Amino acid sequence: MIALNRNLLSRAVIGSCLATAAGVIQIHTADAAPSTVTAAGVTLTSESVILPGSSETFPGGAAAQVVNVNCIACHSADMILNQPALSKVAWQAEVTKMIKLYKAPVNETDVPAIVDYLANMKPQP
Amino acid sequence: MVETFPTSYSRGRRHFVGSAAALGAVMMSSVRAARAENMITLPFPEGPRSRPLTTAFPNKGEMILQRIRPPLLETPFEVFDQGILTPNDQFFVRWHLASIPQQIDVTTFRLMVGGHVNRPLSLSLSEVLELPRVELVAVNQCSGNSRGFFQPRVPGGEWGNGAMGNARWTGFRLRDLLDRAGVKAGAVQVQFNGLDGPTFPATPDFKKSLSIDHARDGEVIVAYLMNGEQMPLLNGFPLRLIVPGWYSTYWVKMLSHIEVLDRPDDNFWMKTAYRIPDTPGANVSPTETGYKTTPINRMLPRSFVTNLKTGDNVKAGATIDVRGIAFGGDCGVKNVGLSTDGGVTWITTKLGVNEGKYSFRGWRARVGVPASGVLTLSVRCTNTQGETQSWTPNWNPGGYMRNSIETTVLNIV
Ligand code: HEC
Repeated sequence: MIALNRNLLSRAVIGSCLATAAGVIQIHTADAAPSTVTAAGVTLTSESVILPGSSETFPGGAAAQVVNVNCIACHSADMILNQPALSKVAWQAEVTKMIKLYKAPVNETDVPAIVDYLANMKPQP
Repeated sequence: MVETFPTSYSRGRRHFVGSAAALGAVMMSSVRAARAENMITLPFPEGPRSRPLTTAFPNKGEMILQRIRPPLLETPFEVFDQGILTPNDQFFVRWHLASIPQQIDVTTFRLMVGGHVNRPLSLSLSEVLELPRVELVAVNQCSGNSRGFFQPRVPGGEWGNGAMGNARWTGFRLRDLLDRAGVKAGAVQVQFNGLDGPTFPATPDFKKSLSIDHARDGEVIVAYLMNGEQMPLLNGFPLRLIVPGWYSTYWVKMLSHIEVLDRPDDNFWMKTAYRIPDTPGANVSPTETGYKTTPINRMLPRSFVTNLKTGDNVKAGATIDVRGIAFGGDCGVKNVGLSTDGGVTWITTKLGVNEGKYSFRGWRARVGVPASGVLTLSVRCTNTQGETQSWTPNWNPGGYMRNSIETTVLNIV
């Protein structure tokens, strides 16, 4: 699982890939008129959309690798890049929360490097 | 019925990479372009304050991009000056989990009701449309609306004030549906689940619950129209739970499963997430620990100036129109006061159309501009239960339920 994850991330397309999987299917069926349901004077029409993906990664070259690998599978990087400056303790708590509560598949040995990266991020003004 | 994203990494998808990358490149270039050309600065105490304005999301006009995936889109504040109903294409968007169906077939969609009932149901949308129809105008506000203004700052969606909106919702009473299913004696809560799901199967699925009495109060509805139209997919098409007066976390989108429970819901999103300190205004000090918590619930009164923003210029000696919106929380607006002297005196503003107690209410006033200096406009809503906004902002670690008095500072020129 992690191996595939790394593979996709190295192409920096994981977000777009997830986001467009259904979109690819949609393109083959785009010609068909969308089906509708009408009852009691209201009509609802089937929906088919493409949600944008994100190829954004964390800045910082090699130091960012550990965050790029572990932190953009469930949400795009902007979730983290838009956070205010947080203390190291607060970032440690966030990473623990991701692992314990949201079940992020992160190697214990990667945690210190992740927390270091996050605590040293300089949020944009 | 629904073409859901792959929900785990177990499914092979290397064959997607080529086409998805190509498509992704096209779409990203539009998001990137928007990023380069069109940024907005949110007035937070410190950065990051800058966000892209984007039109890259389906059925959405220009929105403030808080997060691409899963989408968090904020309503640009000027939109609230255009009327008390927020247009569907600029209504805020908030998803927790990234596996969001991108295709909904209305002919095969089913709404299921199960659990502690006599007759489990599986209703088609045409059956749903035949249920007795009701309509209601109600504010939908994220629990974390305005989180970016918290001091000290807290992690989460760093929203400005635009994670809220007001719409006319058309649908049917949840009570009528529950009656049709026949709730058994001993039911305590009703749990709601939508078609969205996590990227990794182990991440808790997003589900919310209401007490059985609340679910049956006749005011909680299931909507299929938003401002008279089917709702954008990102706002919950085809069905969304409407819980008037309560924070948006309960307004489950793409509602597909309703489960009547004979025991309190202990799922993550009720038991662990969206908890507030069980104190007035959900307020604690940043160093406090060990307090009792409770699931977030009813909203509190708020009010805003919408036609002027801090930093705008006004002419010395002129008389200006000041207008805005207010809402009572889980009851109506009693009055909206406007102060230009830091709360020593309050002008009673003129209230606009009353679309019901759960709606935004417009207000307006005329204000004389002094000869020089700055003009501060503070606005305060008192609801029909007599609750009023306070000067001191609340604080809690979740960044929930901000509702202190808002002040707009204008330059006199
Ligand atoms: C298994 C999925 C998953 C992974 C992997 C993951 N997260 Fe999260 N993260 C979530 C979910 C779910 C949320 C809540 C999203 C929401 O409410 O919209 C979240 C929210 C956040 C937030 C917002 C604050 C909060 O607590 O809700 C931050 C910051 C964050 N994640 C950081 C990280 C970091 C850093 C990593 C890498 C160590 C990471 N995430 C990896 C699932 C994940």
